[in-house]
Amino acid sequence: MNRKYELVYVVSPDATEEQVADLQKQVEGIVERLSGEVVQVDNWGRRKLAYEIGRHKEGTYVLLVLNGSGELMKEIDRRLKVFDIVIRHLVVRVDEDQAIIERTREARQATSRRRRTARGLPPDRQPGEGQRGDGDDDRDDRFDMGLDM
Amino acid sequence: MNGRRGPSSGARGRGGAAGAAQGKDGAQRRPMFRRRKVCKFCSDKIDDINYKDVKLLMPFVPERAKILPRRISGACATHQRKLRTAIMRARQLALLPYTSE
Repeated sequence: MNRKYELVYVVSPDATEEQVADLQKQVEGIVERLSGEVVQVDNWGRRKLAYEIGRHKEGTYVLLVLNGSGELMKEIDRRLKVFDIVIRHLVVRVDEDQAIIERTREARQATSRRRRTARGLPPDRQPGEGQRGDGDDDRDDRFDMGLDM
Repeated sequence: MNGRRGPSSGARGRGGAAGAAQGKDGAQRRPMFRRRKVCKFCSDKIDDINYKDVKLLMPFVPERAKILPRRISGACATHQRKLRTAIMRARQLALLPYTSE
């Protein structure tokens, strides 16, 4: 069963570089051992926390996109709970949601194309035409730039 | 319950009276007309309400860090629901606050 998951974990700011690297290696080790696959690693760096966790006010965020089974995520979840330097973590399954998003986007583009051809216009929006449209790149202010969502 | 439902003419009469009263009420309230809200996510065609997108979620958790209700945010049911899960996930990761101070 191959599913796509997102894993975000927050590392305590007191942790040394080596500890963070070691943790990352351990997580990747688990993924490999349970025949998963790391699709993407994204280090957001140090961010201010919205609220204090214990005595921490800052944390280093790391995002991983994984392909794997439910057992793999269960194991990762269990292991992350044990590490002292991990102050928060979150596992979210994303493949189904992404499929839905993709479907709605495609459906909308299809209807727009159909309507445009019915009006005798070229099916795709020309650059600089009318209001800002779907195809315009206005996502550069997004937080999760690297993702292909 | 039974007494009210029984004589149909009586029920109708009452209903009519109530309707008239409501109509009058509505007429008095009309000056306070507000522009109908449209769902921001529908009109901007934002399909993906993601918990990582703090900039998008921020306006929906004002000062007290409570989730803005639908009657104020104007979001449609689907998008309000997605917004809610996104905010709750972001809170878990301390990207958004549960409360202010």
